[in-house]
Amino acid sequence: MKCRKCGGRAVLELRRHNTAFCGPDFVTFFRHHVLETVRRWRMFTTDESVLVAVSGGKDSLALWDVLHEGGYRTTGLYIDLGIFDYSRASKARCEAFAAERGLPLRVVAVAEEMGAAIPAVRDATRRPTCSACGLSKRYIMNRAALEGGFPVVATGHNLDDEAATLFGSTLRWDESALARQMPVLGATHAKLARRVKPLFRMSERETAAYAFLRGIDYIVEECPFARGATSIMHKELLNRLEDTSPGSKAMFLQGFLDKARGLFQEREPVVLMECVRCGQTTTGEICAFCKLRDQVKRAMRPTERTAAAVDLPSTEDPPSARGLISDFHAASEIHAP
Amino acid sequence: MKVVLRNQGREVELRGRRRVRELLAELGVLPETVLVIRGRDLLTVDEVVGEDDVLELRPVISGGLR
Repeated sequence: MKCRKCGGRAVLELRRHNTAFCGPDFVTFFRHHVLETVRRWRMFTTDESVLVAVSGGKDSLALWDVLHEGGYRTTGLYIDLGIFDYSRASKARCEAFAAERGLPLRVVAVAEEMGAAIPAVRDATRRPTCSACGLSKRYIMNRAALEGGFPVVATGHNLDDEAATLFGSTLRWDESALARQMPVLGATHAKLARRVKPLFRMSERETAAYAFLRGIDYIVEECPFARGATSIMHKELLNRLEDTSPGSKAMFLQGFLDKARGLFQEREPVVLMECVRCGQTTTGEICAFCKLRDQVKRAMRPTERTAAAVDLPSTEDPPSARGLISDFHAASEIHAP
Repeated sequence: MKVVLRNQGREVELRGRRRVRELLAELGVLPETVLVIRGRDLLTVDEVVGEDDVLELRPVISGGLR
């Protein structure tokens, strides 16, 4: 197979584009598409400081690499979920990535914010682990952005993530989730940072190939709590469709953004208040994060709390968040390209 | 050839030459879900791999709520 640009040996075939590239030309292609997405969707400018949520996985580190090489002012945010060796390994990847490039990296531990790391939160609540984890990450991302003076948080969500989320929301006809399915979630309150997904047009395989070709040392192993997750099953289904009909994932997501998202926009603007406990935005009196923290506190004995907070310093995988804190979501408005 | 399937935590030994496309079909792996790595190189599905090759099938799918 030949590279479309230079005619040399191709290393990656992109069936949905009916093309193939050699390593250097694929890196150029990938960066061009991501940076074009940033500009076209007005995600941020070179004048703004961008907080990049990194997990040590391929997506977030590839994103950080592209933005840094593209001349954007970036700072990494690593959220330590405390998931044993998995978190320790992923944190090490982020620290090495930042150190090699001389980039700033901030680290926030869930255990310090919540009073317990994710494994203990999992044991203390009935909430699905990925749900509690996603809520915690979104909360911490927003707070870290506000406290650090960052107007925008960028996450590594890719095309497969977004298509799988859309697929799940459509199966349930979850109107509020469909209304929030956007690559840019604007700041609709003084205490909300803008959230953007510059990789939303790039497939998971393309992102992995970029990270590999750039020599980025990312964590390949999956989060142990993600095994059997519904989102993975949805991705598998979509990949079977993609195999038969290349371009299906992009068509599904882009078609929704172009033609259907407007149908689900909330008619009444959501009224946001500040949580009486922590001051972050919420639609009620107490935000979802503080409620979860209370729940964890009640479920744990004092000795367990100490152990959970002290013994488990760590992290997790890919950054980000896909729609959970209902308060955040509801608060976000859409920025069209 | 030796094929390391990272996502399944196992290795398989195969005999003979074949295209990557055929190898993936034989192992029941969708091309969209992996990178096929030989040394420091990525392989497209039309590449031919042989007896002495060591390949890694690296999964690209991340899961959970991210």
